[in-house]
Amino acid sequence: MKQAFSLIWLILIGTIAIDSGMAFSQISQDPLRIVIRDGVIEPEPIALPQFAVSNQQDLDISARITDVVSNDLTNTGLFRRISPEAYISTPGTDLYINFADWKAISARALLVGSISSSGSMININFRIYDVILEKQIGKGIQFRSDRSSWRRIAHKIADTVYQRITGELPYFDSRVAFISESGPKNNRRKQLAIMDYDGADVRNLTDGSDIVLSPRFSPDGERLIFTSYQSGVPSVYMFDLRSGTIRAIIQSSEMAFAPRFSPDGSKVVLSLTKGSNTDIYEVSLSNRQARRLTRSAAIETAPSYSPDGKWLTFESDRSRTQQIYVMRIDGGEPRRISFGKGKYGTPVWSPTGDYIAFTKQLGGLFHLGVMRADGSEERIITSSFLDEGPTWSPNGRRLMFFRESPGPEGGPTIRSVDIYGRNNRQVPIPQFGSDPSWSPIRK
Amino acid sequence: MKYRVVTICLTLFGLVGCSGTDVQQTPIQQGEGPITSVGVNSVESNFEPNSPEYFQALIGNTIYFDVDQSSISDQSVEVLRKQAEWLNLNPEFSVTIEGHADERGTREYNLALGARRADSVMTQLVSLGVLNTRLNTVTYGKERPQSVCSQESCWSKNRRSVSVLSGGIGG
Repeated sequence: MKQAFSLIWLILIGTIAIDSGMAFSQISQDPLRIVIRDGVIEPEPIALPQFAVSNQQDLDISARITDVVSNDLTNTGLFRRISPEAYISTPGTDLYINFADWKAISARALLVGSISSSGSMININFRIYDVILEKQIGKGIQFRSDRSSWRRIAHKIADTVYQRITGELPYFDSRVAFISESGPKNNRRKQLAIMDYDGADVRNLTDGSDIVLSPRFSPDGERLIFTSYQSGVPSVYMFDLRSGTIRAIIQSSEMAFAPRFSPDGSKVVLSLTKGSNTDIYEVSLSNRQARRLTRSAAIETAPSYSPDGKWLTFESDRSRTQQIYVMRIDGGEPRRISFGKGKYGTPVWSPTGDYIAFTKQLGGLFHLGVMRADGSEERIITSSFLDEGPTWSPNGRRLMFFRESPGPEGGPTIRSVDIYGRNNRQVPIPQFGSDPSWSPIRK
Repeated sequence: MKYRVVTICLTLFGLVGCSGTDVQQTPIQQGEGPITSVGVNSVESNFEPNSPEYFQALIGNTIYFDVDQSSISDQSVEVLRKQAEWLNLNPEFSVTIEGHADERGTREYNLALGARRADSVMTQLVSLGVLNTRLNTVTYGKERPQSVCSQESCWSKNRRSVSVLSGGIGG
C-alpha cells in the first residue's frame, strides 16, 4: 500500500540565448503563435530531432525523452511532428541550426536539445526556434534531474514549448487519480489508482477489497479525497500520497460521498445523507466541524468550489430533475443556471474560473459540456452512450472524463478532449478506468 | 415439521399459488438471476420458513422503482407487508436495506437516489411495525447492478431495493 514517491529536483537555468539578430530581417510573417479558440486549428508542423547526446550510453534515454515530448505536443492537436526521416541535417550537441534545412521541409517550429550525464544525473539543454523568422523563441533552458525522472523532464520540456507558443499555462507535467476497474460488471473490483496525465506509470493505491469512488486531488497535489465502502457504507476518506496512509474525515458510519477540496486545501465539501435527504456540507480538515450549506428536502450533491473559494456550484433535483445551481459559500439562496433541455449534473468549476464543465443527459445519450457561471454560452462537446465526470486540465483548456460502453462486457475508458470538443482521444491504459481527477501542475 | 408445512403448501397450490403475489412481484422470475434459480429449486429445497433462504425466495427481498423515483408501488407495498410480517415473526434478524439505481444516471446522483429508495423502504417497514433499530440502509447507486444488459429490461431490474438479512441463528 505504501508508495514511495521520489522527490525530484528540477533546476531551471536560463542559458545563453543566442540572439539570432535576425529580428529585423526581411520576413513579413508574424511570430509563431497558436491561439486556442473555437473552430478548426491546422496543426503547426514542428521539427523535433532526437536530442543529441555526448555519451553513447544516453542514446536510449534520449530516444524515450524525445518520444514523450513529441507525444505531448502532437496529442494536443496543435502540432504535427514532421517525420525525422525527412530531416536534412541533425543538430549536434553544439545545437547549431542551419535554418535553410528546416525551411526546406516546411517546418514552422524547431525544437533542439542535447543531453549530457554524470552518474545518475542527467542534464538537458533545449531551445525552441521559429523557423520562418529564424529566431529563438524565449531563452534556452536547462533541466537537471535524476535519470529516473526522465519522464517528468520530457513533460517539462513539452510544457515549455506549449506555453511559449500558445501563451497558455502548461499541463503535461501532471498526474491523474482515477478508479481502476476490473472484474464482471455486476461485481466490479474498484481500486484507487494514479498515473501520469498521458496514461504512463499506472499504480494502484488500494487493494480492491472495498468499493472506492471519485478521488479528487488536493490543491497541492499531495493528497486525494475519495469515497470508500470500507465501513460498509459509502463514506469519505483522505489518502496521503507521500505516506500512503488513509484516514476518515467524518464519522464513517454516516453515508457521505462527492467530496472535493476547497482551493486553499483547508476544507472539503461533500454530500451527507440523513434519512432520505442528501445535502451539502463543508467540513474543516483542522477540527472536522461540518457546516451545512444546503437545506432543501431534495438531493443536493456534486459540489465544486470556484477557484477563489467564494462560490459553490452543485446539482440538485429541487426543481424535479437534476439541474445545476450556484450559490455563495457564505450563504444565500442558490441560483439555478442550467435551463436547456435534459438533466444536468456533475458541475466542476474550471481552475481558471471561466467555465463550469458538466454532464448532460438528453435524448438517451450522455454529453459533456461547458457553460459560463451564469449559465450562458452553453456548449456541448461530447456525446455517447455514457460520458460522465469531467475534470479540468491544470490550465483549464482540456477536460478528462470517462466513457462507458454499453452491454454486459461494457466498461469505462478514460478520455480527454479540448474545451471546444476537438481532439477527443482515449488515454491509453491497459484496464478499465473511471472517475478521473486531474492534478495541478507538479512543482 | 416445518418442512412439511412448505411441502403441503406447494402441493396444494403449486409454487405460484403458495408464494402468490410474491413471486409475481419479482420480474426476474422469467429471466436470469439468483431469485429465479432459488424459486425453481425451492420445491426440492423446502426452506425452513424462518430461514433467510425462505425470506429471499418466498417472501421476496427485492422491490423495484420507476426511473428517478423512490415511491413504492401498491404491489411493492404488499411485498414489504410480507417482509414486515416475517420480520416480526423472526425478531432475531436485522435487515440492511440496499438502495440501487440503474446505469443511466451520474454516479453521485445515483448514490443519493439509492439512499432515497432505501430510506423509503425503511420508512414503510417501520410503518408496518418493524422496529427501526433492526433496520439500516446503504446506497450502492449504480455500483452493483443485478442485471448487466444495457436495455430497459435490465435497467428496470436494477432500480431496486434489496432487504438483506443478518443475525439469526448461526448467522
